[in-house]
Amino acid sequence: MKKRSIYLAAFAIAAIGIAMFLVKLDRLGLPLTPNQDTAVWTIEARARFEAKGGPLTARLEIPAAPLGFEILDEDFISSNYGVTTEREDLKRTSIWTVRRAKGKQSVYYRMSVVEADSVKQHTDAFPGFPDRPEREEAFDSAIEALLEKVRNESADITSFTGALIRRVNKLEGDSAVGLLNDGEVTASRRALQLVDILASARIPARVVWGISLEDEVRNAPLVPYVEVHNQSVWLPFDPLTGGKGYPDGFLIWYIGSNPLLDLEGAKNGEVHFAVARTLREMVDVAAQRAQKGDSMWFDFSLFALPIQTQNVYRVLLTVPLGAFLVVLLRGFVGIKTFGTFMPVLIALAFRETELWVGILLFVTIVGLGLWIRFLLERLQLLLVPRLAAVLTIVVLLMLTISIVSFHLGMDTGISVALFPMVILAMTIERMSLVWEETGGRDAITQGAGSLLVASACYLVVSNAYLAHLSYVFPELLLVVLAAAIVLGRYTGYRLLEFWRFRSVWLGRGDAS
Amino acid sequence: MTGRWRWPWRALREAGILGMNERNFSYIKAENPRRLFPLVDDKAKTKQLAAKAGIAFPELYGLISSDAEVRTFQKIIEGKQKFVVKPAHGSGGNGILVIRSVRNGRYFRANGTFLDELGMEHHLSNILSGMYSLGGRPDQVLIERCVEFDPIFDEVTFQGVPDIRTIVYRGYPVAAMVRLPTRRSDGKANLHQGAVGAGIDLKTGRTTHAIMAGQPVTHHPDTGHVLAGIQIPGWRNLLTLAAHCWDVVPLGYLGVDIVLDRDYGPLVLELNARPGLAIQMANRRGLRPALARVQALPRVPTTAEQRAAFAMGEGELPVAAVAEAEDARSTSG
Repeated sequence: MKKRSIYLAAFAIAAIGIAMFLVKLDRLGLPLTPNQDTAVWTIEARARFEAKGGPLTARLEIPAAPLGFEILDEDFISSNYGVTTEREDLKRTSIWTVRRAKGKQSVYYRMSVVEADSVKQHTDAFPGFPDRPEREEAFDSAIEALLEKVRNESADITSFTGALIRRVNKLEGDSAVGLLNDGEVTASRRALQLVDILASARIPARVVWGISLEDEVRNAPLVPYVEVHNQSVWLPFDPLTGGKGYPDGFLIWYIGSNPLLDLEGAKNGEVHFAVARTLREMVDVAAQRAQKGDSMWFDFSLFALPIQTQNVYRVLLTVPLGAFLVVLLRGFVGIKTFGTFMPVLIALAFRETELWVGILLFVTIVGLGLWIRFLLERLQLLLVPRLAAVLTIVVLLMLTISIVSFHLGMDTGISVALFPMVILAMTIERMSLVWEETGGRDAITQGAGSLLVASACYLVVSNAYLAHLSYVFPELLLVVLAAAIVLGRYTGYRLLEFWRFRSVWLGRGDAS
Repeated sequence: MTGRWRWPWRALREAGILGMNERNFSYIKAENPRRLFPLVDDKAKTKQLAAKAGIAFPELYGLISSDAEVRTFQKIIEGKQKFVVKPAHGSGGNGILVIRSVRNGRYFRANGTFLDELGMEHHLSNILSGMYSLGGRPDQVLIERCVEFDPIFDEVTFQGVPDIRTIVYRGYPVAAMVRLPTRRSDGKANLHQGAVGAGIDLKTGRTTHAIMAGQPVTHHPDTGHVLAGIQIPGWRNLLTLAAHCWDVVPLGYLGVDIVLDRDYGPLVLELNARPGLAIQMANRRGLRPALARVQALPRVPTTAEQRAAFAMGEGELPVAAVAEAEDARSTSG
């Protein structure tokens, strides 16, 4: 029963860890694998105009909450201008004002966005049925005739709008269409026309302006779409083809029939869009996004710490994994080591030196240290002074190896300085004691065992995937904790005990 | 080879082998309260307790507790040719010096080498500084009588002192072996260092099988004598002494090391709170069945004699004791 409550506790701990992990995975969009990059788009809107000399106000429409994207960051860049923003539902305007300006002026708005996986449909409320626009009699009746035809070949608002767009864009035929196509046909003109015609059919419609995101575009055009409301959502249509829906990578800039840039006290305004795509680590993006959203999860997580501290934890958070491996190798396999968690510390040093070089350096230092330790034995020093002497020798050995390998042009040798020297000194001391007490064979066996466990730990702590998981999702360490609790009750045989007691199961023990 | 393949796990279970994890968890952790560890780790304390309970120990000549007291060493050994220097917190026989004679300020060891005054002082200081104690804590030095061991093991011993390790579970001896020093073990009765371990049949007190370095052996590697079939004199007394140790230090899973002295009979050398598992190999028998047999017994007051008799296979516990215990249980429950 006691055993069951321990399993229950372990299960609860693991469940908490996994639950926190899943919530974080879902809410924050943190990546499961390391070095996952995500595309961050930077869009720069540059408004240029000529100031007339007096007070100036420039109003630029900017995205409020673009569908399918999340704004990570934004900047308003201008010299001498005061900047404010106005927001009303899906409409946001940046207002630059200055008391006096003359000549060519430029103001910039820059934003970086990241694609989010939400549905690309506006769901704001039904705006009410529009009034029928006033028109010239002849034009009005032509429109009515057009609408009548379209009505006949459609079933609902979606098919009606589609049919209307196709008909309007047909070059020959209809008289009404002929009137509409007088002069140059541009997408923006067509979009505004469509909103007007749809109003005659009492269907609420609006123009939506956006940019197709493509890398390295210096002058991206503002593309119009027409949205009609079908009493539940806004349905987007391409005004030239009648195609439904927004294409991928379409960033909605603003909604409405008003101009993009509205100037007072200036003239000849024009706006250019430049788009660039950069790759950034998903973790950073998630962190930035969460900071904007004031997420509690981030405030109380590693990412709120200074970068240096974060880097320390990047290493420290892998230590429990190494310790868990030591539990397995000692308790289940039965490998003997010097010190319980000394192999983990050695493994951390291997991280810096890389495995083979690390093993070579370790063996070199411990070997030389042991030899000198035996020479010291003749001086018959007491325990603490002898330890200090060994420590001094270890430091000198490390220095010598660094200098020699540097002159030989082997950079890796320098990294010997990263070994925990106290650990090395203790290893030498313990190894020499075992050597004296139970012979060189035992000392070397245990030394090799330590090195083996350290190497295995190195494979764990240096595994980029595991390091990433423990760093981004430290709560997963609760699962490790739970596993350690469960395994802590293991009373079965160790793997190496099958070897130790081999005479029993090989049958030799039964004789006489 | 028995021909029929069995999974190693099942084979070990069937042979009743106790594994290291199970020993640590179910016996040492469960049966040996930590507060009692100092009693066995500190041999000076063990001796005090044992003396009160009338347990025979090698006579203590003197105790050195600090570097300042090292000067008293000469006074302690005055007029003595044979003595043993050992750390109070030592383990595995490390740091023990057996001096067989003193001549011209030289201390001659059992293995023929010698130490001068300076070497002896250095050794004493090493012990005091904690070189041989667990965790390197400051230690004390015991100087005690050198056991004149019974000639029974002469033919199967290479120098040093052979001793008899008994595992006492809840006061009942469950397994025993005699540990015989070899050249390889440097005269120490420590199996890890290469001493021979010969299992003892608890019923008869006769040696059965033997191992060295984990492998079965039949003859002593240095003397060449057969290891099996040696009858230990006064076996019942020895088992009773071992069982009696539990009355003094109530560790549920206790190792008792006993030497046979030519003049004084069995003497307790030291107690061990973490006895090893090699005894199973020496006896070619796992500990688990014997442990289970004791576990099935009612926990009633018993005497060391009764427990030794039980270990020697003389029936169950005395009926009176069992009946008494059941009475007590029924009245209280």
